[in-house]
Amino acid sequence: MSVKLLLRHPLISSLPIALVVIWAIGIFASGAQSVFLWTDVLVYILVLTICVFALISSSREHLRDPWRQIVQHKLGMLSLVVLLVYVLIGLLDSVHFRLPLVVENATAEQKTVHEGEVLSVLDLLVTPIRIQEEKTYSAPFATHLHTTETIERPDGSRERTYPRLEYGGAHLENPRTDKYSDIAMNSVLGVLVGLIIWSAIVLMVLFILAMQKQANVSAIAKMILSGSSLVPWRLILATVGFMCLLLGLMIILGPKYHILGTDKVGQDVLFQSLKSIRTGLVIGTLSTLIMLPFAVLLGIMAGYFRGWMDDVIQYLYTTLNSIPGILLIAASVLMIQVYMANNPQMFESDAERADARLFFLCVILGITSWTGLCRLLRGEALKIRTVDFVQASQAFGVSNFKIIWRHIQPNVMHIILIAVVLDFSGLVLAEAVLSYIGVGVDPTMHSWGNMINGARLEMARDPIVWWSLLAAFIFMFALVLAANLFSDAVRDAFDPRLRKQ
Amino acid sequence: MLNYILRRVFYAIPILIGVNLITFLLFFVVNTPDDMARMHLGVKHVTPESVEQWKDERGYNKPLAFNAEAAGLEKVTDTIFYQNSVNLFAFEFGRSDAGRDIGYDISQRMWPSLILAIPIFVIGLLSNITFALIVAFFRSSYIDVWGVVLCVVLMSISGMFYIIGGQFLIGKVLHLVPISGFDMANTFKFAVLPVLIGVVSGIGTGTRWYRTIFLEEIEKDYVRTARAKGLPESLVLFKHVLKNGMIPILTGAVVVLPLLFMGSLILESFFGIPGLGSYTIDAIGSQDFAIVRSMVFLGSVLYIVGLILTDISYTIVDPRIRLQ
Repeated sequence: MSVKLLLRHPLISSLPIALVVIWAIGIFASGAQSVFLWTDVLVYILVLTICVFALISSSREHLRDPWRQIVQHKLGMLSLVVLLVYVLIGLLDSVHFRLPLVVENATAEQKTVHEGEVLSVLDLLVTPIRIQEEKTYSAPFATHLHTTETIERPDGSRERTYPRLEYGGAHLENPRTDKYSDIAMNSVLGVLVGLIIWSAIVLMVLFILAMQKQANVSAIAKMILSGSSLVPWRLILATVGFMCLLLGLMIILGPKYHILGTDKVGQDVLFQSLKSIRTGLVIGTLSTLIMLPFAVLLGIMAGYFRGWMDDVIQYLYTTLNSIPGILLIAASVLMIQVYMANNPQMFESDAERADARLFFLCVILGITSWTGLCRLLRGEALKIRTVDFVQASQAFGVSNFKIIWRHIQPNVMHIILIAVVLDFSGLVLAEAVLSYIGVGVDPTMHSWGNMINGARLEMARDPIVWWSLLAAFIFMFALVLAANLFSDAVRDAFDPRLRKQ
Repeated sequence: MLNYILRRVFYAIPILIGVNLITFLLFFVVNTPDDMARMHLGVKHVTPESVEQWKDERGYNKPLAFNAEAAGLEKVTDTIFYQNSVNLFAFEFGRSDAGRDIGYDISQRMWPSLILAIPIFVIGLLSNITFALIVAFFRSSYIDVWGVVLCVVLMSISGMFYIIGGQFLIGKVLHLVPISGFDMANTFKFAVLPVLIGVVSGIGTGTRWYRTIFLEEIEKDYVRTARAKGLPESLVLFKHVLKNGMIPILTGAVVVLPLLFMGSLILESFFGIPGLGSYTIDAIGSQDFAIVRSMVFLGSVLYIVGLILTDISYTIVDPRIRLQ
């Protein structure tokens, strides 16, 4: 593969490279033991699949052209930037390892002993907000707990008061007067950090563009500023800038305050929200990845071969389809729960058990959701098999497998792609509902559904505990909205009926 | 017509047998009744006797599909498969794992579900069509563009946040209606908020979907003819396009009609309404497999009824389609 081809897809091709580099640095620098959870492996497979698909489509005009259209779509690119930020966080959270146990004067044997807790790269990056746990609820930017406690004074008298937080605003001597000026000062600092990161990214983009187009940097900068570039770089960079600002604020304010408050057991809500990203993404993507082979294979086979095969496959998906989805999912998850409760020896640690449950949930969601795509593909294959070029190939004695691969598959590719992208947001939303019902991810796993579930009971409290709900809402809403807007752009670009208009 | 319906009902039988087999496999083969007993009793109380007793109380102590010890026809009938799965065809749901009569519970709990589901369905359908028509009337103007964006925004909010937000705003801040609860004697007071939330949470998806249907109709030849003969745009839209657009909308709506019985899972659970939706959730929560099994079967029967109704409704609203 040439360097030129790599440069053409800087975003896509740099993702796996970055992943490998981060993984290697993490493992070798700390002497940690790497852990491959089931869903991690699937995430790597997914990233690989996307890269292969990107390479294939870059050499085929009928696939490259729609992408060119998407790249010029303003709303589509804006949401793609947001999605990529989520994906980056999710990938950082998909590299797991165990840190070596810190023992003073360790012997050679002790050095190979590792901690029981499985961590990810993201965990390490956000260490301050991960380990700074309070006693219980505290509001965003609070310096005192949300609930009163009886405190014994030195002179023996007792008083009910709101105790100071252990970490949130702990550096302030007099929080009542200093807090707001301190937050303002730190915010300015955070904005500055964000701006520095942003300008680094902008410079990088400018240089790559200049190299690609063999123009000088200032000409490229002028073109972007005026908004006359074909790809809406001005909008993309503005979105990146906004993300950088958030990042900068998080870097500076995160270790000093609980930006989004703490939950019942005192854990930082921002940390929970960040950790939930991986859960949401895994459910949204892996369920589709798992069901895709079945749906594509069975759908095309039913439509192409017809006859008894068609009858069997149609019967199969009508039957599965007639069971209300949520009930089938609930029943399957209940059964998996029973199985896991009776076979506890299969899983080494809690993280592995929770991950296995996430994996099974993806499989179940995949099994219940392949029917729609299968039916679409069957109908399309039925149509294509009567077209002249397929009939001609059959007359020439081309094998069925070759006809499917060379003629049917390229003609249904757009349907598959649109279905995959459209399914994503629905699956992310479904996770929250399933976790609420109690058949979603493991209760110990961070997910937006579990956050909502935990916070829902606090609605009755007075004053109300709202920050967990708000955090879950914002993080979920941004992801689903971006996914919906992006899927619209993909559909507009790939659907031949919409393209004509 | 009658012939056709009979044939469709006949076709439904193998599908229901399939559903029955799937539930049987899921509930009794993937995990044996012994596993379920151990799960229910908890790790501490498991003794062979207590497992046997648990199975005996619920009739799970029979062989799975073939009873070699019984005589004659009972070789097949005196089994878990026959007793707990085949009986579902006669709508004999048996007893729940907690010992209650499931058939009686369903007949009691379907009314609160219907009290919510029918108004949500009717009001939702009407308001979605209205909004879709407005957006279609102003197509390719700013109202259309921003209307669609608003729909996407509304679609992207999880249904649970509509409920939580509605409960907080109307129930807690404004004190207009009780936050949750249900009372058959005072239905309106308790049902108005869930119905409102049910309608609002469906507006985004519904409006966008119906808008595409209307826009597809607007492209067609008869609309051009209507405009060419000088009809005003409003008349074209509300008379010609609406009538023809109603065909896919109505037939799409008929499918879900029977499923209204099942109620809405999260809406009923959040508002503490004793309908079939919260019945299912409670059963999932307490791991009552008998109830979940019954609801799976009931749901698929209702879905198949919906499919048959859809086919019939096509012939009623669209005279071009004839059933044979």
